[in-house]
Amino acid sequence: MSSSTMGNRLSKENVAFQSEADRPNTLTSGHRACQGCGEALGARCAIDAAFKAANGKIAVVNGTGCLEVFSCVYPNNSWGVPWIHSLFGNTPAVATGVAAAFHNQGKDDVRVIAQGGDGSTTDIGMGCLSGMFDRNDDVLYICYDNQAYMNTGVQRSSATPALARTATTLPVGSYLGNDASSGKNVPEIAVAHKIPYVATASVGNIPDLERKVAKAINIKGAKYVHIHVPCPLGWGFPTSETVRIARLALKCGLFPLFEAENGEVVGSTPIDDVIGVEDYLRAQRRFAHLFGKNATPDAIGILQNIANTNIQKYRLSGGVSDD
Amino acid sequence: MGALSVAIGSEAAGVRSYTATSSQGLLYMAEAVYNASGLNLPIVMTLGNRAIGAPINIWNDHTDAMSVRDAGWLMLFAETNQEAVDLHIQAFKIAEATKSPVMVCVDGFILTHAYERVDIPSQEEVDDYLPPYEPEISLDTKHPQAIGTMVPPEYFTEVRYLAHKRQIDSLGVIECAGKGFKEKFGRESGGLIHKYNTENADTIIVTMGSVAGTIKDVIDELNEKGGKYGVLSIVSYRPFPNEAVKEALRSAKNIIVVEKAFAVGIGGILSQEIELLMKDSNCEIKSVIAGLGGRAITKPMLTEYFLNNAKERTTFLGLKEDIIREEYKPLNCGKCK
Repeated sequence: MSSSTMGNRLSKENVAFQSEADRPNTLTSGHRACQGCGEALGARCAIDAAFKAANGKIAVVNGTGCLEVFSCVYPNNSWGVPWIHSLFGNTPAVATGVAAAFHNQGKDDVRVIAQGGDGSTTDIGMGCLSGMFDRNDDVLYICYDNQAYMNTGVQRSSATPALARTATTLPVGSYLGNDASSGKNVPEIAVAHKIPYVATASVGNIPDLERKVAKAINIKGAKYVHIHVPCPLGWGFPTSETVRIARLALKCGLFPLFEAENGEVVGSTPIDDVIGVEDYLRAQRRFAHLFGKNATPDAIGILQNIANTNIQKYRLSGGVSDD
Repeated sequence: MGALSVAIGSEAAGVRSYTATSSQGLLYMAEAVYNASGLNLPIVMTLGNRAIGAPINIWNDHTDAMSVRDAGWLMLFAETNQEAVDLHIQAFKIAEATKSPVMVCVDGFILTHAYERVDIPSQEEVDDYLPPYEPEISLDTKHPQAIGTMVPPEYFTEVRYLAHKRQIDSLGVIECAGKGFKEKFGRESGGLIHKYNTENADTIIVTMGSVAGTIKDVIDELNEKGGKYGVLSIVSYRPFPNEAVKEALRSAKNIIVVEKAFAVGIGGILSQEIELLMKDSNCEIKSVIAGLGGRAITKPMLTEYFLNNAKERTTFLGLKEDIIREEYKPLNCGKCK
């Protein structure tokens, strides 16, 4: 039995802040996210953690996307923090302006968060994000990665993983769907900018997510946290399975958890019991074409290779021996 | 895109914010232009007016400004370098009073790269004219608010209607800012329009920006020889000062609109607005498209046009007919005769 099955018998420091009675609920209930939304869970945990770590002094800039649409439709607003939405592609630049204004007013204690989905981050806002990193502006950028444009009907983004079916990468005959790319790796692009802090996190490991956001929010300069947030609608799994799917992604190595500082990877979260990618893939309809009679035999191997590379590169196999 | 977005963020966090752009840069930030006005952020932006490609061309005309004329910004056109300075000071006062962003349009190269002696008021004088910025709403941790929420069909029309009303109401604020500026600094700068010899003119030339200076020189010469010409230059292009323009054009029998941009397939843009405004008058309105992509607008070209009573509604000033004869082939689908 591994420690991940110990539930509420975990030691105090490993219990999520989210389970405490005094969590601030910065993203309150009543918003319009789908049942089982990984992004809503990720955003609530991340912003709550930042709120606590910054003594309630945070402001949030939100890019266009699911999170913006479901949390803030006039006259309703689910946010308990100062919040602004401007456009799809300019979120990092707006956050730069907010941080500059707080600095100008002598309010450096108010910490600035920019957040968006993978479409906003890895595609549309990539130029502004790189600029914000380059200037090392005092902003924490959080990407909630559900690996496609879910709000508009599951179109492929540059974060969509290899072989995943989306509305715009349907498998046809021997063509497997999105085999064009393994997904743009924005955490590694962020590391290459040598900004003070980069981390990946997942709703499959909330205490780790909270710790990384809480650490990032009080670092001066540009920070990037990339959070894996499964989407029941777009990925095709029951709404009760969000956290389990996220954990399978962690356990097979397809989503590596690591931290980097100033351009160097400084740590990673080892996997207790490494599993094959098949367990993760079989649980989602977007990979259903990889199985069954008509499946291409070596397709799963492509994804297994990606997972193996991650496990080696980020030294994730703490729980099992390499062979 | 990034530059105006930074200003959107800093203004939303409660700090007076400014940026500048030109030509392709304005088009690249087009969605941020609409966003700034939609969020009622009183940003001031200089637009160094230049052409839009393709063909790529770096020189002056007004195509960039015209491309965002419906974006909800207040748009002021400077005639001289001194007015460019003065309009920027007034722009913050106007923006903050109207909660609208203000674009100060300054002719690219002709004004932006010209050396001319200007009076730059001291910080103290400007501070006296322009009080500290007090934002009505901002990103405040003590009073968390959401700015820029999605607005559904149930409310969207009302939001847009209010933007329309607010822009029309801004006419008074712009006029007042010009008067206050004169009281404080002793100079006529800004306001809604500039009138030059319009009172008894038969022919009034309507224009915007720096070309008004050349036109004034031309009509001075024509008026010395017995002509009856006047010039009306529009300072406040948005909001458009309908009543002030109508009043200034009251005596005109002929109106000639000289403008540095046009709507492809339709013609002059300012010309159409003047035609609509003067539809109940008997005056004849002609449209002159001039100075595109930095083509010089010279005194002889204008003099010739003003004296020759063009028959065509629209004239492209200085058009090289030989090139057009060679290059223009009428389009035909192949079936129509």
